[in-house]
Amino acid sequence: MADRIADIWGARTPHAKDAPWPVRVDLHLDEGVAEADVERWVQSACVLCSNGCACDIAVKDGRMVGVRGRAGDVVNHGRLGPKGLYGSWQWNGDDRLTRPLVRRGGVLVESDWDTAMDLVVRRSRELLTEVGPLSHGFYTSGQLFLEEYYTLAVIGKAGLGTPHMDGNTRLCTATAAAAMKESFGSDGQPGSYHDVDSCDALFLFGHNMAETQTVLWSRVLDRLHGPDRPAVVVVDPRRTKVADAAVASGGVHLAPLPGTNQALMNGLVREVIANGWVDRDYVDAHTLGYDELAATVEPCTPEHVAETCGIDPDDLRRAARIFGTSDRVLSTVLQGFYQSHQATAASCQVNNLHLLRGLIGSPGSGVLQMNGQPTAQNTRECGADGDLPGFRNWANPEHVEQLARLWNVDPATIPHWAPPTHAMQLWRYAEQGSIRFLWISATNPAVSLPELPRVREILAREDLFVVVQDGFRTETAEYADVVLPAALWGEKQGTFTNANRTVHLSERAVEPPGEARSDLDIFLDYARRMDLRDRDGAPLIGWHDPEGAFEAWKECSRGRLCDYTGLSYDKLRGGSGIPWPCDEDHPDGCDRLYADGVFPTHPDVCEDYGHDLLTGGATAPERYRARRPDGRAFLKAAEYAPPPEQPNEDYPFVCTTGRTAYHFHTRTKTGRSRRLRGAAPEPWVELSARDADALGVREGDLVRVESPRGRVEAPARVGRGRDGVVFVPFHYGYWDTDGDRHARAANELTMTEWDPVSKQPLFKLAAVRVTKSADGTGPAPAPTTTASAPHDLASVPATRGEDDVREDVTSADPPAPPPTPDRTPGVLPHVAPKG
Amino acid sequence: MHLATYLGLLHHSLTTLADAFRQVGQGHGDEPDVWHTCRVLAGRVEHEAEALAPVVRRYGEHREVEPERLHAAGLGSTRSGAVGLLRDLQDLYTLASLTDITWTVVGQAARGLRDGELLDVVTSGEQETARQLTWLRTRIKQAAPQALIAAD
Ligand code: SF4
Repeated sequence: MADRIADIWGARTPHAKDAPWPVRVDLHLDEGVAEADVERWVQSACVLCSNGCACDIAVKDGRMVGVRGRAGDVVNHGRLGPKGLYGSWQWNGDDRLTRPLVRRGGVLVESDWDTAMDLVVRRSRELLTEVGPLSHGFYTSGQLFLEEYYTLAVIGKAGLGTPHMDGNTRLCTATAAAAMKESFGSDGQPGSYHDVDSCDALFLFGHNMAETQTVLWSRVLDRLHGPDRPAVVVVDPRRTKVADAAVASGGVHLAPLPGTNQALMNGLVREVIANGWVDRDYVDAHTLGYDELAATVEPCTPEHVAETCGIDPDDLRRAARIFGTSDRVLSTVLQGFYQSHQATAASCQVNNLHLLRGLIGSPGSGVLQMNGQPTAQNTRECGADGDLPGFRNWANPEHVEQLARLWNVDPATIPHWAPPTHAMQLWRYAEQGSIRFLWISATNPAVSLPELPRVREILAREDLFVVVQDGFRTETAEYADVVLPAALWGEKQGTFTNANRTVHLSERAVEPPGEARSDLDIFLDYARRMDLRDRDGAPLIGWHDPEGAFEAWKECSRGRLCDYTGLSYDKLRGGSGIPWPCDEDHPDGCDRLYADGVFPTHPDVCEDYGHDLLTGGATAPERYRARRPDGRAFLKAAEYAPPPEQPNEDYPFVCTTGRTAYHFHTRTKTGRSRRLRGAAPEPWVELSARDADALGVREGDLVRVESPRGRVEAPARVGRGRDGVVFVPFHYGYWDTDGDRHARAANELTMTEWDPVSKQPLFKLAAVRVTKSADGTGPAPAPTTTASAPHDLASVPATRGEDDVREDVTSADPPAPPPTPDRTPGVLPHVAPKG
Repeated sequence: MHLATYLGLLHHSLTTLADAFRQVGQGHGDEPDVWHTCRVLAGRVEHEAEALAPVVRRYGEHREVEPERLHAAGLGSTRSGAVGLLRDLQDLYTLASLTDITWTVVGQAARGLRDGELLDVVTSGEQETARQLTWLRTRIKQAAPQALIAAD
């Protein structure tokens, strides 16, 4: 047995380059439950991060009692991480929402579905008559199933006609989508997890993979412990486990000052160009924009960049050399870039590096623009986040027509007259009183949005009708007018797609508690009560269950890059997840995209006409067509510009925030798992040893962190980060505290400011001051097993759980990767020579 | 030669535009993207004006009062509310359009004079102006429906 709190990644199964990643099946059952007691194993996949590890849920007496990795799945080959093992099912029972609540005389009281839905529908109708659909906003999640997003998207776009739909995916994955649209013409992950098994160099840009996607990191560790290990390069201001691995592998840890990623990336691109590591044939045949890119990065010498970023210029040179001279390079990008200044610009530079060297679409070479949340990919595909379903382009009238035909509605109903409303703007409209009906599903903005004092004020507005749909009574639910109890994972059926396009079916293992209903049923009920109809007077939503919604979605995806038409519930049962595009010609799905260097940039195909990376100004369709991209990727350029908030006399530190290995989203599930909670029960504040010394702070002392917007008070971890940078773990809220002093959530500090292109908020660079408020009584409640490890490891007791996980390293054959198509489906070929 | 007159007009339009960007940014501080983008663009417009300085010195500069009038008409102060934002962005658009066409006029003269240095300044100025106009158009399109239909 293994203690997977202490040993996050589990036992090593080293393997050589190009050899398949061995199988290791992880199993964890509730205390007192033996394997023989399990009555049923129900197929699913974990929804506690974007990795989407396939698993089976153990059921006994109508309860979930454990979980086991699926050996035959391409994503995890049987493994699960601590969150999957301990957090996915253990909230069973206790404090769930089981009945609808409505606000009466200022307090939430128990009610029934008819009363609650009547209230929702009545307010909705009133506002539609008085103001029209622009009064309605929908703020959803990265945790619902595909079927739910698609249904919601049709209700919002074709039924009501509101452009105000977005999700908390804006906070986690919007930049991934934006960067792919800018470079490749469409969303859609080019790379594959299989590239980990074959790469010569691995670059992690702002990606603490060891904590955010623990099972993928075990895949990397197995390469690092095998022969011919890859060189790892990481960009992260913190000394993470990934940074340790980079140094040990002979790679580089670059720790730029928060807010300077774009300067660093321009420096890397310049080095690759200046040293002649560019594949000119590939660039000439498959890209546009080389001259402008080269001119933009020309002044970014290593010395110049090193000064801006606060790094050693030789480290930058070394990193560039590794990128420029390795035969196969895999890059991954996550929140260190996405939630920072010039997010889209910096992420596009990662794409540029690969395009410049022609390292895309072949084994070991690819880009993974990651997601933060498990079903983030599905919001983007289905259009619950403001995009049009099926990666369609809102500025392309033909794409809007296609949807109007599919849904049998007037194209004018479908909002497409302006860019879709992004989450931050949606909240601003609510603040100004022009959005007056806000439906929040499966997310907890009162903890996850930036600048929480402001968010609380908005949620509390008299003139804003708030519907909250969730499994628990969250911090946000406390502000609702109506609370709808929703079924959670394991209690409902549906599909979802992980960060590398792999689709899994998650079956219902148990009944939802009390009167809780699946999110799909709730949306269907709303559509029915609103009597939403198509052009011929037939009900707009023609499906009644998850499988019906899936079949409808398949039609919507037909012929697009995210083609699901070759998939079905039956096909997803029993075996492994399957990556889209999956159609008649590609029945097993597609492992990598763009093997032939042809991208979905054709004006008739592309999802977006692109933006100016500095301001977010949208390229006009005529201008886009005039460039004749026709299948060529864009090498997008942008100068570095200083971040909107920088340390100053009053606020001398930069505060970065982030997720750690033992919690997910706003801890609604993981905070209720005994093991996960034990490992990181309370928030903490990480200071570098030198900064702590200067402030007179010792391990565990209580410190106060203040920004111009709010404050956090928590014990200090004297950690290993860079000087001048403070780290506070985000997503600790208030539901599990007794007081409500509002001094616990990292987002009390962060600012309402976002990237101009992706509109993703800047969670990584608030200017703060730090003061000691009291002596400590023991070490900070931070884990010792992660990036939060103390500077002096011996001074703090090690984080541990119990030996309660079985790891079976078997000789079973690992699943074979799906094929990589020579030609990517749904992409028009190059039709015109350049020029 | 009237080039000096036009260089004066251009130079002055640019400084007026830079001020206007700063003013709108500050006046709409509750719209973080407007605040930040206006500040960034103001800095870049000032940079354009500086780049023009050596050419201006060479040809001399004759300041026209025309942009002053536009400035006075448009941006004596910023407005408030959703519709106010829209109108202020529109004023910026008008000012930026004036510099846009003025760059065109000066660019034609530069070509006639075969003045490579001036043409370089014009080319980069035109690119910057295109960026300003693109952003303003995008932001105006975004703000218009909500401001005109749903705002109080
Ligand atoms: S890596 Fe992610 S998907 Fe896999 S088990 Fe852990 S939390 Fe779940």
